[in-house]
Amino acid sequence: MSVILKTEKLRVEYASRELSSGIKVALNGLDLEVRAGEVFGFLGPNGAGKTTTMNVLLGFVHATSGEARLFGVDVREPIARQRIGYLPELTYYYKFLTAEELLRFYARIFGIAREEADRRIDALLKLVELEHARSRSIKTYSKGMQQRVGLAQALINNPDLLILDEPTSGLDPLGRMKVREIIQRLKSEGKTVFFSSHELGEAETVCDRVAIISQGELKAQGKVSDLVAQYQCDLERLFLKLIGYQPQGAS
Amino acid sequence: MNNVMAISGIVVKELYRRKDFYVLFVLTALITLLLGSVSFFNDAKIVRYLKEVCLLLIWISSLVIAIGTAARQIPAERESRTIFPLLAKPVTRGQFIMGKFLGCWLACGVALAVFYLFFGVVSESRGGRNASSAELSSAAATVGTEAANQVDDHDHAGDGIEHHDEHAVLGHRSVVMNYVQALWLHWMMLGVVTAMVLLGSVVLSAPSVSVTISFIGIVGILLLGEHLNKVALRQPQPLQAILYTGYFLIPHLEWFDIRDRVIYDQPPIPFADGGLATLYAIAYTGLFLFLTWFVFRRKALTL
Repeated sequence: MSVILKTEKLRVEYASRELSSGIKVALNGLDLEVRAGEVFGFLGPNGAGKTTTMNVLLGFVHATSGEARLFGVDVREPIARQRIGYLPELTYYYKFLTAEELLRFYARIFGIAREEADRRIDALLKLVELEHARSRSIKTYSKGMQQRVGLAQALINNPDLLILDEPTSGLDPLGRMKVREIIQRLKSEGKTVFFSSHELGEAETVCDRVAIISQGELKAQGKVSDLVAQYQCDLERLFLKLIGYQPQGAS
Repeated sequence: MNNVMAISGIVVKELYRRKDFYVLFVLTALITLLLGSVSFFNDAKIVRYLKEVCLLLIWISSLVIAIGTAARQIPAERESRTIFPLLAKPVTRGQFIMGKFLGCWLACGVALAVFYLFFGVVSESRGGRNASSAELSSAAATVGTEAANQVDDHDHAGDGIEHHDEHAVLGHRSVVMNYVQALWLHWMMLGVVTAMVLLGSVVLSAPSVSVTISFIGIVGILLLGEHLNKVALRQPQPLQAILYTGYFLIPHLEWFDIRDRVIYDQPPIPFADGGLATLYAIAYTGLFLFLTWFVFRRKALTL
């Protein structure tokens, strides 16, 4: 399988706001590989560097050193983002637009012809079950509906790689299940899904491979079954072990 | 270009779905109509005052729209985080800046066209050209240009405005041309203002700070810009050099203000002068947009 997302010795430094702290290292020599057609879970506790990695992959932040490539193209090139879909953790869309207008806007950004855009908008609104609300402005949507319109916009260009930042965060059990079903469906269509999460059960259910990151460093990467066999414990214990968690009272 | 147009379309859509423009238009219309309906001291030249007030309101409203719209574009996108799904698409930061600029400038153009149309309708309904000029036109037709000039001199004596002979017979076409030139130069000036405010908005990240500082800066240039060199002359060095540098660096927005020509029915400005003013606006707009892109291109956007 070809590698479609790759980072090599990725390092990101921030100038700390506190004068005494100097420079803060957000990512330290991160090496990742995501292969075509797999669902890849990017796991880590809060502040581990998951969002910083996504920021670099999407060109929001420039790496201090190292390389990040999507489909073999440097992530700083806008063309690298032509074949990806991105769903942010929270819904950040123009609230004065309707779902249909928002999707049409993004379709235009990708240069999709009008008839094709119409067809895709209909199909996506059906997929995320928002057909009935297509002409309502997004500000009137519930959180679950906003998350689903977010998923629709991430799919408007029929991407080969989907980058999802904590896609089930803040959703009720039904909403979570719907998102998982959509991820499974995309996988069956041959799409690659890269998603960050700290929901270990979710990762275990849907992921082919996972990477665990802590304090900006990669701790482990591989198939869930292989990692569990290698460390001889379940994923939760493995996760806690790798991030250096010491239970209270443990010597 | 497709991306630029798509982003600018969203800016225009946002403006007409917000209430700012409608509120300003209704206020301008109400004040103008109220003033126009009252005959102050039975003054036949009331239309001149009406034009003056109406144009002043249009200038204030257009500046509020331009600064308010441009200043909040990038900071609000960052604050509401709508910038992230957008820049995760194949959109360069340069296209993003250009789209924002074009959207704000086009929105200002639409607002200006509505304002000037209203201004034209109101001033024409109150007699169009100033009463004095209308009288002069008729006098010129009957007793000749020389007689008209004498009436003109007498009529305008003491009002402090420099008049030329040809003003007396300003035709309807010239009046319309004056309106069009005033609208065009006003729009060009708003292009400079929009680009300048966008630059400020990438430096000052909070929308409220950006709006306040931009408004003070632009009103300062409009009111004091043309006097800066005179003030500099009276200052000791190095303040004189600093003020002079400022005088030559700032965009002279007051050069685009030809309200007096419209109010006093002076002849339109030559096309060459209008063209030079347009080039001047393009140069400054380009410079400010380049600086905006330069500051924004490597700026880290963190979720």
